[in-house]
Amino acid sequence: MKKEEVPQDGRFLESTNLRDIYYALDENGNYCQVQSIGWEAKNEALSLTWENILDEAESVRKEVLAGEKSPLAYHIQVRLFDVGMLSAYSGISKKTIKKHLQAKEFERLDDAFLEKYANTLNMTLDELKKV
Amino acid sequence: MKIDFKHSPAAHCESGVTSNMLRFYGINISEPMVLGIGAGLFFSYMPFIRLHGMPVISFRPLPGHIFSRVTKRLNVKMKGRRFLNRDKSMRALDKLLEQGIPVGNLVGVFYLPYFPKEYRFHFNAHNICITGKENNVYVVSDPVSPTTNKLTYDELKRVRFAKGTYPPFGKMYWVKKIRTTTPDLKSGIISGIRLNCKRMLDIPLPYFGVKGIFLLASKMRDWEKKLGTKKAALQLAQLIRMLEEIGTGGAGFRFMYAAFLQEAATVLAWPELRDYSMQMTKIGDLWRNFSYEAAHKFKSRGENICSYDQLADKLVHIADEEKRFFTQLRDLVKRNERN
Repeated sequence: MKKEEVPQDGRFLESTNLRDIYYALDENGNYCQVQSIGWEAKNEALSLTWENILDEAESVRKEVLAGEKSPLAYHIQVRLFDVGMLSAYSGISKKTIKKHLQAKEFERLDDAFLEKYANTLNMTLDELKKV
Repeated sequence: MKIDFKHSPAAHCESGVTSNMLRFYGINISEPMVLGIGAGLFFSYMPFIRLHGMPVISFRPLPGHIFSRVTKRLNVKMKGRRFLNRDKSMRALDKLLEQGIPVGNLVGVFYLPYFPKEYRFHFNAHNICITGKENNVYVVSDPVSPTTNKLTYDELKRVRFAKGTYPPFGKMYWVKKIRTTTPDLKSGIISGIRLNCKRMLDIPLPYFGVKGIFLLASKMRDWEKKLGTKKAALQLAQLIRMLEEIGTGGAGFRFMYAAFLQEAATVLAWPELRDYSMQMTKIGDLWRNFSYEAAHKFKSRGENICSYDQLADKLVHIADEEKRFFTQLRDLVKRNERN
């Protein structure tokens, strides 16, 4: 790939402090580093991956709205956590977390306890209670 | 306190942190050179290990391998440590910083605040280098960033103790002793190339090296039948992400390896290697073309542009080329060594 062929297709990186570094050939046929803000093929791949994650989370959201699952179930789905990971991060046992994935059990929790989940998931209490 | 550390962006976190750290100690070494000496070009396809429900595809050796090979070959004495206690790990880090020692840290990217949210997966093998601390805020040299970043005490503690697959347990590493600032690059390069040829050609399992690419190609032909259109497209997307996502320098490290061969041609005074560098560049272009066609396929759903069979044919072609390439490269090393 030549230096001027390095793609600059922004979608995810242009507003951040991250760049892709490509190794590409300069006019003398020597390799050099070129910064890039992205490539369409890769952006598509990442978008498709996220579409799928959000689709799956959407079906959980429906179950939450139907009163079957708790908002916590949705929030961990969309952040790609599983029960084991949430337990490792928060120190809450897996068994307890599984219980709290049910709407009824979740509603009984007081704010002090919910705060633990909110902290782990990097969100506010209000956000945690909604989907 | 801030260490006078020159931050240079790099394509890949592990080779980037390694070359930045070695340069701090006076060993002038580029990122491609680190990749080459560390035998960092690879392929593996492991359908029996699943990540987010998909088989693992990777274009690099296991995390940490490039680093340990390079430091061993260059005779640099490193020290590494993992922790169970978080506060203890932070105190140990501070102590080293106070002595003016830059410290490499293994972290998870999920809670890294300067990463865009689309890049925040639970990936726990990212490397950063801590180069200072001021008012409880750490100065972070992360190769994927053109400038340095900052992390607060709590943020750093959290990413050092990320959870999930392969938790880093606060792993940190630093240079203990440099025996020479002008190490013998030549022998490092030669053994790096030899090891890389071996790993691409000789591992007697179908999942690794060139054999892995053939295996992936043969499996890919059935993807649509076996998994359905949607899951097949997701697997393809996964493959492209591994090839191109932040940290490969383009085409799954192939371009960076080509850059290494070019540099090696000068260091060893083997002009033939420049030609090999061009060949590797062409192989990289083949991978790029594959990604391009693959992305085209799922972008314009419905109208089929390339079938999975055609994509698999492209992979077979790439595998043939890489097999030929590494076989000839190995012969070249043998020939030149004899003379």
